[in-house]
Amino acid sequence: MSYTTIAQLSQGLKDGTFSSRELTQDVIADIKLRDHQYNSFITLSEELALAQAEAADKRIAAGQAAAMTGVPIAHKDLFCTQGVRTTAASKILENFVPPYESTVSQLFLDTGAVSVGKTNLDEFAMGSSNENSYFGKVKNPWDTNAVPGGSSGGSAAAVAAGLVAGATGTDTGGSIRQPAAFCNLTGIKPTYGRVSRFGIVAYASSLDQAGPMTHTAEDAALMMNVMAQFDPQDSTSMQMETPDYTANLNDSLAGLKIGVPKEFFEAGLDAQVAEATMNAIKQYEAMGAEIIDISLPNLQLCIPAYYVIAPSEASSNLSRYDGVRYGYRCDDPADLMDMYCRSRAEAFGEEVKRRIMVGTYALSEGFYDAYYVKAQRIRRMIKNDFVNAFSQVDVIMGPVTPSPAFDIGSKTSDPVAMYLEDIYTLSINMAGIPALSTPAGFVNGRPVGLHIMGNYFSEAKLLNVAHQLQQVTDWHQQQPQSLQGA
Amino acid sequence: MALDNAEILKIAKLARLQVNANQVDDYADSISSILDLVDAMQKVDTDGVAPLANPLDAEQRLRVDEVTANNQRDDFMAIAPKAEAGLFLVPKVIE
Repeated sequence: MSYTTIAQLSQGLKDGTFSSRELTQDVIADIKLRDHQYNSFITLSEELALAQAEAADKRIAAGQAAAMTGVPIAHKDLFCTQGVRTTAASKILENFVPPYESTVSQLFLDTGAVSVGKTNLDEFAMGSSNENSYFGKVKNPWDTNAVPGGSSGGSAAAVAAGLVAGATGTDTGGSIRQPAAFCNLTGIKPTYGRVSRFGIVAYASSLDQAGPMTHTAEDAALMMNVMAQFDPQDSTSMQMETPDYTANLNDSLAGLKIGVPKEFFEAGLDAQVAEATMNAIKQYEAMGAEIIDISLPNLQLCIPAYYVIAPSEASSNLSRYDGVRYGYRCDDPADLMDMYCRSRAEAFGEEVKRRIMVGTYALSEGFYDAYYVKAQRIRRMIKNDFVNAFSQVDVIMGPVTPSPAFDIGSKTSDPVAMYLEDIYTLSINMAGIPALSTPAGFVNGRPVGLHIMGNYFSEAKLLNVAHQLQQVTDWHQQQPQSLQGA
Repeated sequence: MALDNAEILKIAKLARLQVNANQVDDYADSISSILDLVDAMQKVDTDGVAPLANPLDAEQRLRVDEVTANNQRDDFMAIAPKAEAGLFLVPKVIE
């Protein structure tokens, strides 16, 4: 399958050019044929997908189709799917078949979308390269020597390779936007509380948020129309109406004020990435937007504060994996303590164990105020920087990552070097604001993303701003060389 | 901030993670380097800044106390590593 969007598939289904069953069969055959090159899927759910496709075809025939009815998508293997194995890419959940459905995946079932399977990720969404999966590394379709980014690397690779037109991801510190940037996709992390977290395997609950990964802003809007619903089952879900995210895609950007923070262009940023980013931002001047220099003075502090808050919340969330009620249990435990300690040690990967240990330390007696509470105070300073900035500008733009996709294996020996990859994305989760990555060109054949950040609940504006760039540039339509002519 | 091996073993016990003797040095190195990274926070003046737990400063929403879910006991027992007669089985805790 060549470059195909959700909007095109939706039209083809509506016109009767193909049925959802035919489309779904093709998609599954294509994944079986080609995914060995990328390892983007952990589990395929062929039978369920075909049953969903047949049901979708009936809805389409009855004239009851919504935009995504019959469209095949994939879910990051962090969303619990009833009856379909959900692993979080961890040995500890290798055989976990959830007895319930996450709200996000249920909303896609309700609208008649077809779920073909579950995509690979960094274990428990902890990582920036998708090298931390129990089910093997994911490779970037743009260059199979490169990482696809993480943690939603399988979703990114599956869409970039043309295996599916859209996939869900989650973003705790950049896990949608960084792989979207590395794989030439549009990926949006909505405002905290916009999309339900119910049934998503938890990493850091005050930072986690789910969103779509697609080729275009229009497709992301179509997925957001399904995903962004108030959910009484998530106590942090915001009780508000869902706008039609496609309604304002074509709004004029004349008079738009774009803030460009100087801290996003300081030491550490690859010169060619800086150039590509500024080139993309300059496209907006022709549309009548105004570019304004701004400052986010506490940006650098997002790394230390994040690497306290996220591991602390993770150590608490992951205490549920005790070998008692579900998941892996070690063989022949001597006693209860031995069962806890060995089950967890044998089945968590190294990065997960490191973060649990850091979080346990930060929350332990005598250190809580110096680490966790201190980090939460810095978190408010970071949020206040954004609140101040949005009193002057409508959106903020900058790079998503300091460099294009790096080579597989090049950063695995040094966890701290890997953490520094997230410098531009972490602060967004700390503040809880929405942000997206949209294609912005290439450096040495590897994609670069433009980071567009907005005020709370401004997702429709961000998608409008990205869509307008996609009307005057064709970066998002480029395909990996290996797929051209396929 | 460098952690010594005794501190690593104490954290591992709190975290319910078995750490073998030959892994302690590696954990001490990697966790100490992460703590060095996060210690950049300590120089920041945060006096008078209130901690931020929920990024929207939102209060936890409460719902009406009514039964909303069906009893799924059998479904949940079916995925347990060891279960019998509606009970989760664990190693003996009381002699």
